[in-house]
Amino acid sequence: MDLNDLARSSGEWLKGTGPESDIVMSSRIRLARNLSQFPFLSRADDGVRAEIERMMRRHLQELELKGHLNYVDVNALEGLDRQFLVERQLISRELAESHGSRGVGISAQENLSLMVNEEDHLRIQVFQSGFNLERCWEEINRVDDLLEERVSYAFSEQLGYLTACPTNVGTGIRVSVLLHLPALVATREAQKVFHALQKIHLTVRGLYGEGSQAMGDFYQISNQVTLGKSEAQLLKNLRDVIPNILEYERRVRNQLIKENRPAIHDKVARAYGTLRSAQAISSEETMQLLSHVRMGVNLGLIDDLDIPIVNELFIQTQPAHLQKLRKSHLESAERNSARAAYLRERLARN
Amino acid sequence: MKCRNCAKVATLHITEIVKGVVQEHHLCEDCAKPFLENPHLGAKSAGVPAGPTTGGATSSGEAPVDEQDRLICPACELSFREFRNQGRLGCSHCYTAFQEELLPLLENIHGDTQHCGKYPKRVPEDNQRQFKLIKLRNELREAIAEESYEDAAKLRDQIQQLENQLSGDATR
Repeated sequence: MDLNDLARSSGEWLKGTGPESDIVMSSRIRLARNLSQFPFLSRADDGVRAEIERMMRRHLQELELKGHLNYVDVNALEGLDRQFLVERQLISRELAESHGSRGVGISAQENLSLMVNEEDHLRIQVFQSGFNLERCWEEINRVDDLLEERVSYAFSEQLGYLTACPTNVGTGIRVSVLLHLPALVATREAQKVFHALQKIHLTVRGLYGEGSQAMGDFYQISNQVTLGKSEAQLLKNLRDVIPNILEYERRVRNQLIKENRPAIHDKVARAYGTLRSAQAISSEETMQLLSHVRMGVNLGLIDDLDIPIVNELFIQTQPAHLQKLRKSHLESAERNSARAAYLRERLARN
Repeated sequence: MKCRNCAKVATLHITEIVKGVVQEHHLCEDCAKPFLENPHLGAKSAGVPAGPTTGGATSSGEAPVDEQDRLICPACELSFREFRNQGRLGCSHCYTAFQEELLPLLENIHGDTQHCGKYPKRVPEDNQRQFKLIKLRNELREAIAEESYEDAAKLRDQIQQLENQLSGDATR
């Protein structure tokens, strides 16, 4: 798999299509699975890790999926390439930063990734653009079934699928949606929403999952509980709650426009202007300004830009993507200039 | 490990013994304060806080934290103390080896200790039916809570049918 080819596209979760895609960037489900005959990774020495990796690599390559699956040996990758895969959400930071034999199987459309030797032996993830959890579940359940015909998962009748961390035991499922909530953040309503979500056992994280900061007003909402409820119940729980947040974000957006259209328009136009003319710009500032622009496009305040392009810019201005596109290692200051040049060029082309 | 009351990380691990019954409480600093000041709102408690690595003797002379920490999984040789420190288990057998210690923890994290989701097809058919029963009963509980009585009636029928199958197999 040539990662340089990937750099030029934006991948499934940034397509900007699917239900509610003005606010829901993507839906994602992941399953945590372990092989019954091996210890978990905290007790696996290099030899065992290598054996698990070899075995899983073979099974993944032989898996009869709809499309082709590319297997990437993460241990053999350079730091920049690992960071690149993290930015695309195809691997977790944990997999990128750990050591020893590990890898990832990635489907051609980038809507399926299977991480080997992450916190668990296997982490399967499926993505869909927009709010489409059912589709994610159908797909991931099918892949899980196919794997189960080949390997024996660690499973207990009482506790379900056994995982390295007890917070994942049972279904081993994490159902999440990535939301863009600029209006709720601007009015400080987001914190109230997140507080309410915690009370119903839903977790809120930043763009890149656990421990990551919320950038560009993006938040991931996911289930906290994995044991004692079926996958369908956990899906339903999220599916029932998310529309309320969407409705709230839209209501606040409309209220902002109604009460202070000139100020909102000014903020959006300035953000767009800066992105089109800056000479040096950091990743953080880019994310923040793109967030304003994205809301502006959705509110009809910018009419010469499409959401898929905005989404593409979110990913391609990230540090590793920028360096892959420029085909060279760049220091922070060089990156800021390169980012600004990229944005000017891309937005002028539009 | 998460605090049992909120989403923060549990930094205080408290062992409480009431009339010989040992209970574990995993709390973050904020939730631990009110708990330590008033453990069970009026209930007399011989609880002794124990840090993650310190362990602690209790008023009844037992040392459950130390005892727990000394537990070792016979399959992978992970000690409970190591699990307590790193929050990761060593192998699937740890769930059996530390079952007594883990169940209260799982109850705190998930509010439940019985899986009712997907099960591998390799599981024997009889056990699959048992799983299905657990799952259906769980759905029934939820349907009743949501006052979806039509769904509840259908679920009851399915449960009845499955129970009949199981008892039929048992008498065969």
